[in-house]
Amino acid sequence: MITLDSKIPEGPLEEKWTRYKANAKLVSPANKKKLDIIVVGTGISGAPAASALGEMGYNVKVFCYQDTPRRAHSVAAQGGINAAKNYKNDGDSVYHLFYDVIKGGDFRAREANVYRIAEVSNQIIDHFTAIGVPFAREYGGTLTTRSFGGVQVSRTFYSRGQTGQQVLLGAYSSLVRQIKEGTVTMYPRREMLDLVVVDGKARGIVVRNLITGEIERHSAHAVVLATGGYGTIYYLSTLAVNSNASAAWNAYKRGAAFANPSFVQIHPSSVPQMNEFQSKLTLMSESLRNDGRVWVPKTKGDSRPPNEIPEEDRDYYLERRYPAFGNLVPRDVASRAAKERCDAGYGVGPTGLAVNLDFRDAIKKQGQKAIEEKYGNLFDMYKDITGIDSYTEPMRIYPAGHYTMGGLWVNYDLMTTIPGLFAVGESNFSDHGANRLGASSLMQGAGDGYFILPYTISNYLASEIKTPRINTDTAEFQEAETRSAEKIKRLLSIRGKQTATTFHKKLGKIMWDHCGMTRNEKGLTEAIGLIRELREEFWKDLNVPGRADELNQELEKAGRVADFLELGELMMTDALNRRESCGAHFREESQTPDHEALRNDDEYAYVAVWEYNGDEPPVLHKEELKFEFVELKQRSYK
Amino acid sequence: MKLKLKIWKQGDAHSRGSFVTYDLDGVAPEMSFIEMLTYLNETLIGKGEEPVTFEHDCHEGICGSCGMYINGYPHGPVKGLTTCLLSMRNFKDGETIVIEPWRAKPFPVIKDLMVDRNALDKIQQAGGFISVTTGAAPEANTIPVNKKNSDLAFDASVCIGCGACVAACKNASAMLFVSAKISQYALLPQGRPEGKERVRAMIAEMDRQGFGSCSNTGACEAQCPKQIKLFNIARLNREYYKAF
Ligand SMILES: Cc1cc2nc3c(=O)[nH]c(=O)nc-3n(C[C@H](O)[C@H](O)[C@H](O)COP(=O)(O)OP(=O)(O)OC[C@H]3O[C@@H](n4cnc5c(N)ncnc54)[C@H](O)[C@@H]3O)c2cc1C
Ligand code: FES
Repeated sequence: MITLDSKIPEGPLEEKWTRYKANAKLVSPANKKKLDIIVVGTGISGAPAASALGEMGYNVKVFCYQDTPRRAHSVAAQGGINAAKNYKNDGDSVYHLFYDVIKGGDFRAREANVYRIAEVSNQIIDHFTAIGVPFAREYGGTLTTRSFGGVQVSRTFYSRGQTGQQVLLGAYSSLVRQIKEGTVTMYPRREMLDLVVVDGKARGIVVRNLITGEIERHSAHAVVLATGGYGTIYYLSTLAVNSNASAAWNAYKRGAAFANPSFVQIHPSSVPQMNEFQSKLTLMSESLRNDGRVWVPKTKGDSRPPNEIPEEDRDYYLERRYPAFGNLVPRDVASRAAKERCDAGYGVGPTGLAVNLDFRDAIKKQGQKAIEEKYGNLFDMYKDITGIDSYTEPMRIYPAGHYTMGGLWVNYDLMTTIPGLFAVGESNFSDHGANRLGASSLMQGAGDGYFILPYTISNYLASEIKTPRINTDTAEFQEAETRSAEKIKRLLSIRGKQTATTFHKKLGKIMWDHCGMTRNEKGLTEAIGLIRELREEFWKDLNVPGRADELNQELEKAGRVADFLELGELMMTDALNRRESCGAHFREESQTPDHEALRNDDEYAYVAVWEYNGDEPPVLHKEELKFEFVELKQRSYK
Repeated sequence: MKLKLKIWKQGDAHSRGSFVTYDLDGVAPEMSFIEMLTYLNETLIGKGEEPVTFEHDCHEGICGSCGMYINGYPHGPVKGLTTCLLSMRNFKDGETIVIEPWRAKPFPVIKDLMVDRNALDKIQQAGGFISVTTGAAPEANTIPVNKKNSDLAFDASVCIGCGACVAACKNASAMLFVSAKISQYALLPQGRPEGKERVRAMIAEMDRQGFGSCSNTGACEAQCPKQIKLFNIARLNREYYKAF
């Protein structure tokens, strides 16, 4: 049985991190060289973690399944990265950023962690700027910002519509510098299959070399997972299609508890699905809502082209329902409002599952050039995909699975319930509560990697300096290798009729229908049955061609879908347990008379932490959330 | 739509490849090129045939995973698009489409349409960075940057490292790739201190990796899905001459 100790330092909120750093143990340069750290993942959390740890002098091994670290999913982030610089002199501060993230997360995150990420946010911008990330600037040469959903200040730094690319390539440049220095060894095209735990501590991983199919063992004194989110469980999502849950899921099965698995953000603006072959829902950045106005026709089935619908026949429903925030309400609110309109029959486009995002007024006011400058690449991408020119006609958008607030449970040290196993970035649960605010994930990932983990992992490793290099020739490594090899063998031996993709689509539909924007008791209960049936069918009728000892992309997919089929059930179980609405988790049974989410702080102000229990149902542990510095309020954006 | 696909199949780097022709029915015009190939693979697996190996991940033209010659053009016939954003609307019913992996000595074929582009990482590793240790950065606004230069640096930094420029060049030169990185750093004050070492190291590594030299045909610019401009190569050359 695990015991949860969040290890939050004593003291006032603003002093916790300072006190932690003052008391954290250090490792001498001579000892650092003798300590190995594995980092799995090279996104905006992993690449910073690996380069920072390499700079410190640790011996770092980094893994990713892409051919190069520069292609990690973070590269696709669009809108920006938050920091409390207050460059716009609009009253921003570390406290305001902290408060917005806590409130945006609907009071389901840990105060101390959130305050800390807000505290390091400014350093992130300094660092990226120093290493040559070209953030947007004012004519006077200083950095500029824009506002992003859910807040009333302008604190989002950006590089046109491709901020993720720019910060990731910055992080990648620091990473390759350390590879050159020899402090970091890069292992691309490797997929982590299992975690190796020796005497209760994380000591290594087992990976599959995706080119040769060989299973390799790698050991270290500590393991860091920076493996991203699992939004691809819906099949159609805004994530890169290879994103998956396998690393985190297998760590869970080795004893790392999983927190709030059902907290998934459904992003309000993606290009709507057009056909059954579609493999991806392309995100249209939230920043577009700064200038675009969301509307549907006032009458059902109004089939006039959008430009011919006059002002009085348009329902700007976000501005109508939420006069204070208008089009800039947080994502969960905007998504549900779009679903509500479409379910009520007011949706637009061929499927009726879309709403308009209109730039007409912004173009009239600011000119096309200004809009082009801010969003040019997004407008281009939208046109490439749909053939529609949004400078002259509204975009059509619909919600899509986007970000998983849930993830591996970590304490203040970013350590999971397995000693020596750390989780950073989207793979952990720590900072976003039940809903993440825009531009806060790049901040959290980079903050975890550059400025938090280096302290906390050193604090752990200080007591490992006497541990010699970990031998991989042991029963524990053998066991992990055998387990992985057997799973692969099993996947290949079924030779049934349906492909991994077919199963993934079926699972995605169950997840979307029952564990998407709204959830209810009946649907969730049914869905658990459906997933179990699908899992059974998977292990009887899966068709994976080819062999284990070769490059085999179908085998890669099948392994990931097998894990999703298990994770899906845990998500449903978690959603079923939480009989309240909070953030992105909307239980139909718990809403206000005007259909807003209704929290139940008396019973659910906790993090739901699930412990794996073999074939038995998982065990629920609760980390009670204590709010000492903010007052719990029902969120209102009206 | 019904298509005839002539696709390069090759077991691994050492085996000899050849074209295999597939007839594919039921292609929808709104599919992307990658979705069309995925659909092909689903049908092949259904028939017990080996699927085609190719790379893709983001489907948004930003990760640089995808890339193949389509009818002789890197990323296909439409300017400014990656393979994943190329829509099947651009092809006609009944058309024959020839699909091949990047052909360039520094990019050996791994399997079918998948090649090894590690040489590009090696070039970046040689000097494509600014050496600032985490924690050592000054406050961001202490270094003002002229907006025009900052915008130009951004335009160069959008390179996705897909390798289309190399594939487009008859000499398999990586000059456009290198010039994009060099330009980004050359245009920013932060990049100046290491400017000379950087350009020397990256060019030397480019040569070591077996990329050819630039003969100014401009094929790279024409095929770059991110429309990185040739004048970056001119800047690279200037930086290179200044570095000795
Ligand atoms: C389209 C889109 C736009 C977004 N825009 C923004 C934005 O504007 N601002 C913002 O703050 N956030 C944004 N987000 C969210 C943000 O991009 C992600 O949350 C963040 O980038 C995640 O970073 P990460 O480092 O945790 O993981 P990722 O970037 O997902 O990286 C995961 C890494 O782990 C590796 N990996 C995973 N599993 C394994 C395994 N089993 N074995 C080996 N390696 C493995 C992968 O190879 C990869 O290197 C956006 C998200 C999407 C989908
Ligand atoms: S799949 Fe990422 S660029 Fe095409």
